[in-house]
Amino acid sequence: MAKRLSYLFHSTKGLILVAIAMIGLETAIFGMLSGPMAEMGVRDFVIRVLKMNLVQAEREGRIIILYHSIAMAVVAIETYMITSLLKMKEFYKLAVRVLITVGYMLTMIFGMGFAYWGHNWALHGLYITGLSLIFFAGVFLVIALWPWNKEYYQPDIAYARTKKGLDIERVAFFATALTTVISALFGAIPGSFYGNGFETFMAQDIIRLPEKTVMEYSVIGHLHIMLALIAIMITLIIGRWLNFKGILHKIAMPLMILGTIVLNLGVWGVATPLEPIAHMIIYVGATPSMLAALLLLIWEWGRLIREGTAHIRKPNLGQKISALVRDPLRFGPLWQMLFMNFTTSFIGIFMAVKLDEIFRVWPAHEERIELTGHWHVLSAIIATIILLYYGDMLGLKGKIRKWYGWSIIILSDIAFGAVTIFEMKRLFITEAVQQPLVNGLMYAIDFGLGMLLLLLAIVMIWRLVDLFKKEGRWTKEVDHELSEEVTI
Amino acid sequence: MKRTLWTSILIILLSVSCAPVDLNTPVQTYATGVDPGAWAFIPAGSFLEGQFDHPASIDYDYEMMVSDVTVSLFVRFLNAALADNTLKVQGNQIVGFYPGDVFHGVKHEIRIDRGDYIIIPTDDAASRFLFDGAAFTVKPGWENHPMTNVSWFGAWTYCGYYGFRLPTELEWEKAARGSADDRPFPWGDEIARNNANFYASRDPFENMNSFGSRTTPVGFFNGNTYGSYATLDSASPYGLYDMAGNVWQWTGDVYEGQHYRYMRGGSKDTYDMDLRVWVRNNATPTYYSPGVGFRCLRNP
Repeated sequence: MAKRLSYLFHSTKGLILVAIAMIGLETAIFGMLSGPMAEMGVRDFVIRVLKMNLVQAEREGRIIILYHSIAMAVVAIETYMITSLLKMKEFYKLAVRVLITVGYMLTMIFGMGFAYWGHNWALHGLYITGLSLIFFAGVFLVIALWPWNKEYYQPDIAYARTKKGLDIERVAFFATALTTVISALFGAIPGSFYGNGFETFMAQDIIRLPEKTVMEYSVIGHLHIMLALIAIMITLIIGRWLNFKGILHKIAMPLMILGTIVLNLGVWGVATPLEPIAHMIIYVGATPSMLAALLLLIWEWGRLIREGTAHIRKPNLGQKISALVRDPLRFGPLWQMLFMNFTTSFIGIFMAVKLDEIFRVWPAHEERIELTGHWHVLSAIIATIILLYYGDMLGLKGKIRKWYGWSIIILSDIAFGAVTIFEMKRLFITEAVQQPLVNGLMYAIDFGLGMLLLLLAIVMIWRLVDLFKKEGRWTKEVDHELSEEVTI
Repeated sequence: MKRTLWTSILIILLSVSCAPVDLNTPVQTYATGVDPGAWAFIPAGSFLEGQFDHPASIDYDYEMMVSDVTVSLFVRFLNAALADNTLKVQGNQIVGFYPGDVFHGVKHEIRIDRGDYIIIPTDDAASRFLFDGAAFTVKPGWENHPMTNVSWFGAWTYCGYYGFRLPTELEWEKAARGSADDRPFPWGDEIARNNANFYASRDPFENMNSFGSRTTPVGFFNGNTYGSYATLDSASPYGLYDMAGNVWQWTGDVYEGQHYRYMRGGSKDTYDMDLRVWVRNNATPTYYSPGVGFRCLRNP
């Protein structure tokens, strides 16, 4: 028992497994409270069986706690990955992991308890304690990542580095972690004023108000930048896992640092007198970040093609594509990043360009659907990237690797594609005749996400069964670090 | 085998998604017993406003229509207003005069100048009236349903034509919530499917495989049983019906720096969360939809 607990709460892969299981469980339970599940009556059943106590006026607050609970577990997963991939002092690694594990568990368990099962303020206190511990874990991580420590200098000239050897990739990790900690304050400060002049709201509900308070701007900035930083961090993590290097690495990493800093300055500026020009700064910051991700994609896909066609003298296009897609777990994360542009980034740019001409002619209710769809797809795509990397961590091989990888890619992309059409449906169909299309899209979304959750459940059950085996797979993962599995 | 399975799934999906919708599918007719011409009295006094129950007060009595303006009432208005040149036909629209709003030049604000603006479209298949170029008639069966596909200008003109006006958001909310407590819905704390007409509420006017959710007659949710469908009495504390669900209702506020007009009440197309009394929606005043209607206010 002690060995198993040690695996689950000490080893990198065990910690990631626990966090994924917690997210899967929470998503499965609380996903039944909205959308088609509510239409079918499943929500009422779940509320009754689990004896939830839901007050209508507190819906927005509940959802905010739900989002934070899931997001904190995702942040914890990324932190486990960083602490396993990058060199750092053992003390900091341990401190960061202890703080963030206790933190996200408190956040998740007591936050949800407070939000959905009546208002016991002791639970709320523990929820806030959890968030605070995660914040301090972030502070420790920033210290641990300090890139100007010569121990962490990069000796290999194949990677982005200064003449003296400063590891530019580590600077990118550091900048992202540091700005994440600062950006957390933009949510924490308004949160601490709750009940003292600050009231709960969902950003999508106040988007059209011409005047917002500083607190409201701060929250809007916070939610945008935190998701963007989680996306930037997972890009850096995937780059490290794939051992991104060479000339494209040398171009990409400074771009990533520049993009992260400018993007943050823009978003923080939303809560200051710079608000009128903040969006322009955000666009300027987002461009280099996205360009850096594109360079990673070009590099890795080029490598996949080269490796897969090494035995062919003059490969044709079909052979190159076949080589590119032969391993869904290596192709998938970057494909999802590319797909993200079609389902979120390009849609967002189109909305910004046509805002007054099209989108603000429609009712706010329609715009809200677009904004929430956009947000959900973006966060779910990040989750699928994590799951693809996790598939590789599991050591899946052969057909199971292909089934697992392609299932995640295809099922999620069906769902995300359908969500995107759903968001944009008013461009090509009127309310009066939309129902059959809505039904078809809902089937596609439910099928995609439902099967994805089922796949995740199968993996979790497999790992649970494995835990009961004396010489199970878990015994080989106890001392394994992700840095040992970086692709060559 | 695998290919057949995937092809079948795709065909089913496509056939479900592309099935045509017949907007003229006959509608059941029910007399609800609620008089759409009736008014409810709302006394001056304090009440709790918004999601966070801010104390608010209205220091005058007023009356609001017990139900949304029906298609019958609006058609009568259209014919009268066309005859006395209050309204005119302009292409495929009926337009009416609006004196304009003060423009403040705020970001995203659109200028609303003095001039003629759309009241209703005349060529939208989802409208519940017929127009032969000279006169309006109600499509059979829709007489006691709320008037929809009407712009804010249309709602504003209708109320003004009879010496009434649109309620402000505050007046609307007091009428919906009453002054006794902090209830989220006009009838109380919780919502059941037979309290109101909302998305997937399974009322007799809904067919989710075809046209989706359609409007219910005004005052439908009054505790009566229609065939085998039993409703709950869902009047507000002041006796107003359909203050949650059925159609969004235009309100009259014109806010500084905004051209948007606000709506309250949620509709047949929204989930139950949007039926809470404090939820707001807004659109440009020229917007119209099968899910948007209105009711008027008058001073006693």
